[in-house]
Amino acid sequence: MTRILDIESLTKGFTLHHLGNELETFNNISFSLDAGEFVLLKGANGAGKSTLLRTLYRSYLPRAGKVRFQSSHGEIDLACAADVDVAHIRKTELGFVTQFLTARPRVSAEAIVAEPLRQASVATDEALDEAREALQVFGVKPDLWKAYPTTFSGGEQQKVNLARELILPRKLLLLDEPTASLDAKAREALVTRLKALKDGGTAMIGVFHHPDDVLHLIDRIVDLTPEYTHSEERSDVAL
Amino acid sequence: MTLTLDAPRIITTKPLLRIENVSKSYGDVRAVRNVSAHAFPGEVLGIVGESGSGKSTLLRIMNLEELPEEGTYHLDMDNTPEAYSGNLFEMDRFARRMLCATRIGIVYQNPHLGLLMKHSSSGNVAERLLVAGERSFANLRAKAKDALDASEFPLERMDAPPAQLSGGMQQRVQLAKAIALEPALLLLDEPTTGLDVSVQALVLDTLKRLQQDRQITMVIVSHDLGVIRTLADRVMVMRRGEVVETGLSDQIFQDPQHPYTQQLVHAKL
Repeated sequence: MTRILDIESLTKGFTLHHLGNELETFNNISFSLDAGEFVLLKGANGAGKSTLLRTLYRSYLPRAGKVRFQSSHGEIDLACAADVDVAHIRKTELGFVTQFLTARPRVSAEAIVAEPLRQASVATDEALDEAREALQVFGVKPDLWKAYPTTFSGGEQQKVNLARELILPRKLLLLDEPTASLDAKAREALVTRLKALKDGGTAMIGVFHHPDDVLHLIDRIVDLTPEYTHSEERSDVAL
Repeated sequence: MTLTLDAPRIITTKPLLRIENVSKSYGDVRAVRNVSAHAFPGEVLGIVGESGSGKSTLLRIMNLEELPEEGTYHLDMDNTPEAYSGNLFEMDRFARRMLCATRIGIVYQNPHLGLLMKHSSSGNVAERLLVAGERSFANLRAKAKDALDASEFPLERMDAPPAQLSGGMQQRVQLAKAIALEPALLLLDEPTTGLDVSVQALVLDTLKRLQQDRQITMVIVSHDLGVIRTLADRVMVMRRGEVVETGLSDQIFQDPQHPYTQQLVHAKL
């Protein structure tokens, strides 16, 4: 298998200057990921699952360790890479999927979904066609495609967000509870899309409140509970 | 403590804008102290900080309106003419003016600084084209119209003077003037301050669209963190004339490192 990611001794904590204290989140996390592999992060609330995803995406700065990502430009250590390189990798190879949409005023649902394709230099008409198809798959009604998602319900916004974040195949996808509060049809569409991306070689690291939703996609589990950190289990072990 | 971001750039190696060790004083007040800043092709660099932090002074230095006592400034543009290849602070006044008029666009918070308020809006845009050598009336009008259209200005009002337009419309005329010559660098000084919320959203959307469609490198100064968060890829935080922190936009807002940045982000409503 082609190695995509090597996480080595990754450590994250926060310095809260106004309180004058330090908050430790996780220490010395190490695991690797191959192309097409799906790793589920497990652990109690506060174990640092979402924090780990955000640290890998570099929304959070790690305190120590390495995140060696095999990009199309060669190996890049996301833990200490230049901001501008990380920004570039995010546009093309590294995705982060949450349940929340960052809607912009006066930008239509189809334009928001088409944006990652446009950033990847896909022609406007083609990008919009693909965006409409993705909105259809996730169950967003056609009469909403040209509307502004700022006024949509939470559930509809979430569908727009999933259509947007999963429209462009990436090397690595970070999934932070994307199934939370989705209706059954949209959940099914999400799992189908994740399966297609996985089969196409996209590696994924996910946090799921209900892992049963993606049970058949999981290859390994990494438990972030401190005493179990580094443990890796097979997906047929009880979740 | 966090890791130092010391890995060499492997993808985007050459910044378009490179300012090194710039200092500027007004009398006894040191407005900008030993600031270095880079902006890379196609990115939006946001500069935030409280009033008096030096952010607008730095922007005026980037627009060569102010010259610092110390520092260097390079713009690495496509087909950079020989005259603009060295330290831009050392160019003569004429060359500086030509560079600003043709390769750098700016939108001021106060439209009076950027526009002739009693001339027509299309004339304001055409003035920029005239400086670059365009002399055909038909071409001037057509290009001014294109720039106003790209800035989402209502073309039926293109001959109205800015003095008769709303604040949002005046900002669009400034924007059209700034992009008319397809500048290498677009500078925005509090472009939405003073506009009501709905107009602010429209101007932000226009800027975002322009940036995506034309891949213009932008530097935007604002004390409005929402504006910076919406537009900027990277953010530079200034305090008392110095840069205290630089990072990806989401990192600055979600995991600020410097005590001042934490204070600034937590103070946002």
